[in-house]
Amino acid sequence: MATNDMVEIRWHGRGGQGAKMACLLLADVAGLEGKFVQGFPEYGPERMGAPITAYNRISEKRCSIHSNIYYPDYVVVVDETLLDSVDVTGGLKEGGAIIINTPSSPQEMRPRLGGWAGKVCTIDARRISEEFLGRNLPNTPMLAAAVKVSGVLETGRFLDNIEESFKHKFAAKPQLIEGNMATLKKSMEEVQIG
Amino acid sequence: MSHRLSGNEAVAYAMKQINPDVMGAFPITPSTEIPEYFADYVANGEVNTEYVAVESEHSSMSVCIAAQAAGARSVCATSSCGLALMYELLYVAASCRLPITLACVNRALSGPININHDYSDSMGARDSGWIQIYAENNQEAYDNFLMAMPIGETPNVRLPVMACMDGFITSHAVENIELLETDAVRRFIGEYNPEHYLLKKENPLAVGPYDISPYYMEHKVLEAEAMKAAKARILEVAAAFEKISGRHYGLFEEYRMEDAELALVLMGSTAGTAKAAIDKLREDGVKAGLVKIRVFRPFPGEELARALAGTRAVAVMDKSEGFSANGGPLFAETCGALYGLKERPHLIDIVYGLGGRDVRVEDIEKVFGRLANIAATGETGPVYVHMGQRSREEIA
Repeated sequence: MATNDMVEIRWHGRGGQGAKMACLLLADVAGLEGKFVQGFPEYGPERMGAPITAYNRISEKRCSIHSNIYYPDYVVVVDETLLDSVDVTGGLKEGGAIIINTPSSPQEMRPRLGGWAGKVCTIDARRISEEFLGRNLPNTPMLAAAVKVSGVLETGRFLDNIEESFKHKFAAKPQLIEGNMATLKKSMEEVQIG
Repeated sequence: MSHRLSGNEAVAYAMKQINPDVMGAFPITPSTEIPEYFADYVANGEVNTEYVAVESEHSSMSVCIAAQAAGARSVCATSSCGLALMYELLYVAASCRLPITLACVNRALSGPININHDYSDSMGARDSGWIQIYAENNQEAYDNFLMAMPIGETPNVRLPVMACMDGFITSHAVENIELLETDAVRRFIGEYNPEHYLLKKENPLAVGPYDISPYYMEHKVLEAEAMKAAKARILEVAAAFEKISGRHYGLFEEYRMEDAELALVLMGSTAGTAKAAIDKLREDGVKAGLVKIRVFRPFPGEELARALAGTRAVAVMDKSEGFSANGGPLFAETCGALYGLKERPHLIDIVYGLGGRDVRVEDIEKVFGRLANIAATGETGPVYVHMGQRSREEIA
């Protein structure tokens, strides 16, 4: 039940890919910018590889609703293989967008989206994270893509704020900051909107 | 200080600010993060709490009981089956009049095994002699935890306090939160100086011995009087807390109740979702309102009766079953509270959300639809129903 001044995002991932972490990080950074935020996971039996869902509400006023999100403005799919088993476009608003981690183009993905006629965005999160972080950590690229596509936060300020957040998070491993920042910037450049 | 924290982070941070003497620590989903975060504070030397990692919840509560009896301030956190394993000790803590503070992150009880939210765990402990305070969100979870010790430790109360929040919905959701400065927290909480304790050499005492029939009942009546006295103390502490935080708390929160004809009585995070539904209904001219029960023990019966006296139809929403065959625990309390009214509203019980079944704004609107129908026809219909079951005709 989003109002005009609220953006609702639904994340689909698999246990261990960091979808929840990306969701909570987005909430944290948006909060740092003075927004009211919610970031929360939906848990089933937790295990590596099982489908998980996480949600964000980002708004100008505090949102008191504590249900899951059924009509998201944006959907982020961290694992392409979920398209075969989860109704990822379910309830997605007409003017919204779906952002998928895949090496394929938006045109190639569209036929797999059950008739979804709105915006389709793609990003090769695996390749980017392997290049800059040395491992397949798709959540950071997906976070960047979600911010870029949704426009929920101004990208320059987002990068400044998340760098601050990383400095705390990776205080013991400062070498991770540079790779994560490069991943975010590259992902914002590379996300394809179709 | 404005921050973004999950409910578990917020309560762990409250514990850090309090710097209790002892923590009895044992993990269980979804409360596990509380002893985890707190272990970091201990390891980093940010608190000087004695962190006692034990092998079960029976032992974590035993640690708290022993420490508190010795004159120390003790805390712990648990959920669901962990609370169930503590049951025997919950009664011991309350009857020994030991003001332990327990963060209860509510989760459904087995079986079938389930990790998500409902109140079956703490509702089962409702008659154990613990004060129970419930939170709507991370802010309230933090605030309630800070208020627990000044309530429980006061001499005419001396009861343990369970500060409850909704598992996952609140415990794992990151939201904005206002934190107090640690100095302000420490001034507010004060030092714990019990009059009697195990290690007081001028006046040594035994704690928890056998109580024979000629005395047992007197002790239970004293415990009951303490629970009654807690009501006034909860309000005093809330008033003092408002002075340092600007946030107002009562025994319950009334939302748009001034002229409400149709009202809900419920607890926890559903209250936030219900507020959004009520705002929508109010725009359409429906006189809808909500009473969010914050303090379940002691139960604010007389106050609730006054709050509901002007309504025409009320739905109690129970997020635990209870198996009384006569409605859930919140319904039973509300019925009892309203019995003394000369003109009573129609009253129904809707059991919902068991094992984490989601409740949406639309679900709450449906409940108000049912209430409007009752108010219009004067027919209550089925009194005790379950909402949101798959493959069943919706009654609510």
